[in-house]
Amino acid sequence: MTITSNANAEVAPVETVSVFVDGVAIDVPKGTLAIRAAELLGIEIPRFCDHPLLDPVAACRACLIEVEGMPKPQPACAQVVAEGMQIRTQMSSPVAKEAQEGVMEFLLLNHPLDCPVCDKGGECPLQNQAMSVGRPESRFDGEKRTFPKPINVSAEILLDRERCVSCARCTRFADQIAGDPMLELLERGAKQQVGTAEDEPFDSYFSGNTVQICPVGALTSASYRFRSRPFDLVSVPTTCEHCASGCSLRTDYRRGTITRRLAWDDPQVNEEWNCDKGRFAFAYLDEGRLSNPLVRENGELRPASWPEAVAVAAKGLAAAGASTGVLTGGRLTYEDAYAYARFARVALGSDNIDFRARESSEEEADLLRASIAGTPVGSTYAALEQAPAVLLVAFEPEDESPILFLRLRKAAQRSGTRVMGVAAVATRGLAKMRGTLIPALPGQEGSALTSLDSSVIDLLSTPGSVILVGERIAAAPGGPSAVAALAERTGAALAWVPRRAGERGALDAGALAGVLPGGRPITDERAREEVSQVWGVASSDLPTAVGLSGDALLDAARSGSLAALVVAGVEAADFGDVTAAREAIAGSGFVVSLEHHHSEITALADVVLPVAVVSEKAGTFLDWEGRPRPFGQVFRDALAMSDATVLGMIAEAMGISTGASDVAGIRREAGGLGPWTGARAAAPATPSAAQQDASIRVASWRALIDTGLMQEGEPYLAATARPVVAGISSALAASLGNPSHVVVSGPAGSLTLPVEVGGAIDGAIYLPMKSQGCSIHEDLGVRIGGTVDVRAGGQ
Amino acid sequence: MPLTPVITEHWDAPDLYTIDGYRRFGGYRALQGALKKDPDAIIGMVKDSGLRGRGGAGFPTGLKWSFVPQNDGKPHYLVVNADESEPGACKDIPIMMANPHALVEGVIITSYAIRAGHAFIYIRGEVPNAIRKVANAVRQAREAGLIGKNILGSGYDLEVVVHSGAGAYICGEETALLDSLEGYRGQPRLKPPFPAVAGLYASPTVINNVETIANIPYIVDRGVDWFRQFGTEKSPGFKVFAVSGHVNRPGIFEAPLGITMRELLGYAGGVRGGGEVKFWLPGGSSVPMLTSEHLDVPMTYEDMAAAGTMLGTGTPMIFDQTVSVVKAVTRWLEFYKHESCGKCTPCREGTYWITGMLEKFEHGHGSAEELDTIASACLQIGGRSFCALGDAAATPYPAAMKFFRDEFIAATQTSADEQFDPVASYVFAGAVTR
Repeated sequence: MTITSNANAEVAPVETVSVFVDGVAIDVPKGTLAIRAAELLGIEIPRFCDHPLLDPVAACRACLIEVEGMPKPQPACAQVVAEGMQIRTQMSSPVAKEAQEGVMEFLLLNHPLDCPVCDKGGECPLQNQAMSVGRPESRFDGEKRTFPKPINVSAEILLDRERCVSCARCTRFADQIAGDPMLELLERGAKQQVGTAEDEPFDSYFSGNTVQICPVGALTSASYRFRSRPFDLVSVPTTCEHCASGCSLRTDYRRGTITRRLAWDDPQVNEEWNCDKGRFAFAYLDEGRLSNPLVRENGELRPASWPEAVAVAAKGLAAAGASTGVLTGGRLTYEDAYAYARFARVALGSDNIDFRARESSEEEADLLRASIAGTPVGSTYAALEQAPAVLLVAFEPEDESPILFLRLRKAAQRSGTRVMGVAAVATRGLAKMRGTLIPALPGQEGSALTSLDSSVIDLLSTPGSVILVGERIAAAPGGPSAVAALAERTGAALAWVPRRAGERGALDAGALAGVLPGGRPITDERAREEVSQVWGVASSDLPTAVGLSGDALLDAARSGSLAALVVAGVEAADFGDVTAAREAIAGSGFVVSLEHHHSEITALADVVLPVAVVSEKAGTFLDWEGRPRPFGQVFRDALAMSDATVLGMIAEAMGISTGASDVAGIRREAGGLGPWTGARAAAPATPSAAQQDASIRVASWRALIDTGLMQEGEPYLAATARPVVAGISSALAASLGNPSHVVVSGPAGSLTLPVEVGGAIDGAIYLPMKSQGCSIHEDLGVRIGGTVDVRAGGQ
Repeated sequence: MPLTPVITEHWDAPDLYTIDGYRRFGGYRALQGALKKDPDAIIGMVKDSGLRGRGGAGFPTGLKWSFVPQNDGKPHYLVVNADESEPGACKDIPIMMANPHALVEGVIITSYAIRAGHAFIYIRGEVPNAIRKVANAVRQAREAGLIGKNILGSGYDLEVVVHSGAGAYICGEETALLDSLEGYRGQPRLKPPFPAVAGLYASPTVINNVETIANIPYIVDRGVDWFRQFGTEKSPGFKVFAVSGHVNRPGIFEAPLGITMRELLGYAGGVRGGGEVKFWLPGGSSVPMLTSEHLDVPMTYEDMAAAGTMLGTGTPMIFDQTVSVVKAVTRWLEFYKHESCGKCTPCREGTYWITGMLEKFEHGHGSAEELDTIASACLQIGGRSFCALGDAAATPYPAAMKFFRDEFIAATQTSADEQFDPVASYVFAGAVTR
């Protein structure tokens, strides 16, 4: 892990103006709003509609202040300060105080004051501000307006309209931030209410944010509604484990159970937002847990004690030695991945290690070794906001890194960043980023990149431009090479955006064949020297040749040329070739599985060792930027051990010392390595070729909300998944007779799916990778770019 | 003071609404002259004329036009606010019905002056007759080559769109009107930016009232000096006064600004049945009421302001002694409650609350403390709302209390209908048999 930031970046001087708030002088940047200037002095002006990340609307009028020279009180949330402006808040102006009290009284007229049964009670801006600036007694004795309650604006989001104060935060969020303007204010006057069009729910991956920014209890989530009171909760700052966006979260729990997760404020990363998966998908942590070690005896798994299971694992792995493969998956923390990387090289003497439990290629591994592993934080969220152009290659941000999507959308809106997507589908997400499609058949992104229009090359050659390449580039022969060549040719920064939270950390920790921690090539003598010193072993004990990874590793296991496998946090269904993966696990002589849940792989393993889930341990994820996102342990009294601790026990039982197994120790040890300054592996240079034929190729990626294991146990979230459709071009639809459904057939079977015309370019069909009722790997037996037969059919 | 019919001069001609009828009285002569002038000269002329907006606020029209940035490379728009919805106001719709070509000619000249290629006339949806009249006038003007490409060989192009609103009071607020015109829900926009800089489709836009625009052809045709001979220094020109209520001859009287209500009453045949004026409103329900003491105040922007009210739309409503002021104020507040757009808290919640309290008084159930509560609630609305329409909701009650406090006190015990026989206040009171 290399902690480097662009601290040397030049900071442009900010033009300031001097203003007075309640007589106190303060210099603020030009264009500052009065409410922010007051905040800087610690003066809190009441507010409801104001939100720093939303455009001012000045609707609630709670923040009225007096500005010298202006006849009427002004809303502080929309009042831009000017040089010498005299601002008087409720602290010094009777007019402002009286105006604010008046608005507060109005806001409570029609509010039900049902705080004792409201989820927001205890953390409610309306409650708090009514206490601080409201009148002690209401003068209203009329009848409040009521609404039937609650209504669903989506499967996950519920709306109690009578609590709403019409601040329009939710509608503005939906429109301005998420780009899903399905929430709108309806009706007039006191009957004004938030709502959606009939039969058109609030279909947004970011809907949960509206619950969090609602300043009253009008919007609640089905998953948290009536579950607890905020003052009964214990809050821990955490990092989201679902993707490589690296969102800062707050996890709230009560009596050993997580009750909810909130987006936490991190201006450099997720600002104040997160996606619905990050917010609502945490029920899986509790369900289906492995409670104790298992050992296979006479063909059957039976419960075993920890000493016994560790001893069996140690014995089997010691026997297999360098003939062991290690599959770590992409979901581990940096520290755990580091422990696997070290365990493989030191305890097993093996370099057969890979974190990529998905479609992968050797060419991709070469690109990662050459250009990504251990590189310092370069392209950042902030850099994207300033970028003149961003090229997306084999990457669908809204599904695969939603917070990155939000930032790209913001960049396109605010800075005019030109977003271009090399893909087979012009998605709704691309449109929301005002992006343009550079058509490329799935698996043939490489040839699209080598034949880019000169205008695109010129744009990418503008300083500050960025190429964001997704993990699916692995499915394009020649793609990784073309990406590296394009970055070289244009000077655009290259950033790799994997889908899972642990992939970048695993890469930097050395959980890939040929890569030692910090991106050090295992073939480099000085690299081995540096690593062996911190690992406390002789440099000659480390493998010197690049081991097996990807499909080659699975093939070796399947063919029996590997004696053992250590598998962590991996599903067979994760891999491109599901059958090969299953056969590899089943065919391997000895399988040690470190897992927290019962799975297909634990059922096949010889030793199963239960480990901690993310809420039971501390750790670090590296987001796509390479930025460390450390987090603490939510449940401090959890008994489960981390992967690193269990690996340490196995190594100890093997009689080998592998160094620190605790998070602090590993961070210290890895930090001691420093950045790698030596030569890097060469970038891949595989030529790419466009195949022109009449086949239909599969364009596919994981939808944000799908049948992923980590979304289990949250039916409301699952119900917000986008509909499963087959996207085809209008030409293909016409040639099939414009059917409503198509039958898609691959080697493993067929699927009948509804058609979305215009959902893919000619020669391609879009299919969700692993959604309810459509898994291309399991159901069809095809990979990305594979050919399928498409016929009209079904309903 | 004599009447000065200008816009209304030939309203008795049965075909004035046609282009031929309009032309017979000199129509479209001003346009021919205007197109030969420099646009800035027309703006200068309107500035010099001192014409003030006739929609209610009285903002100087020429000044408003001059705010539009020139040579900015953006399209400019003229939007005519024909969403006349103010209770008591009935002057724009008669103008559109009787003399639509004056509006159309004004639109063409104004668009030329502000260099707009597109003009929109936003008419409230409840008046299909007026919409048809204006749409027909636009069609005739287009057929006569007065709208479209290269108007009268000048090289100037203009398209005019007649747009029908859907009947929301808020859409008479100019920025809400723009939202509605763009297809959004009509709610006022945050200013700045002002429409002159970023209005319709975020482009520089002038929004004027129907009567204001209908004045333009006459000013351009007859000159600044002619226009300034009417009215006062600060309120030059003439005004279409629409007198309604308890008068013998309600109707439209075009007179110089500065005429008094007493004179207008004379033209309107006096209060019905020889009765007395109890209270009157110079221009719509949004301006504070006056009483019979104020009948000799000149009807100008400045004199009305000095009397504590506003000229507003210049459509006086006369109420005689048969009317319960409590009931009248309650009706107005019910209107504001019903028409509040809901955007800002003071108007949305304040009108809801005040209306509820006033309805109690109307039925004789209020308390003296509640009168203070209403007064304080009005203070919490006025000057604190998002737009002027919200502020307006707070005007009827304080003015009524200033003059008729006793009636409200009485209403704590006696309902409005018991204090004042409602039937007596009907215009058709004599026809009611009981």
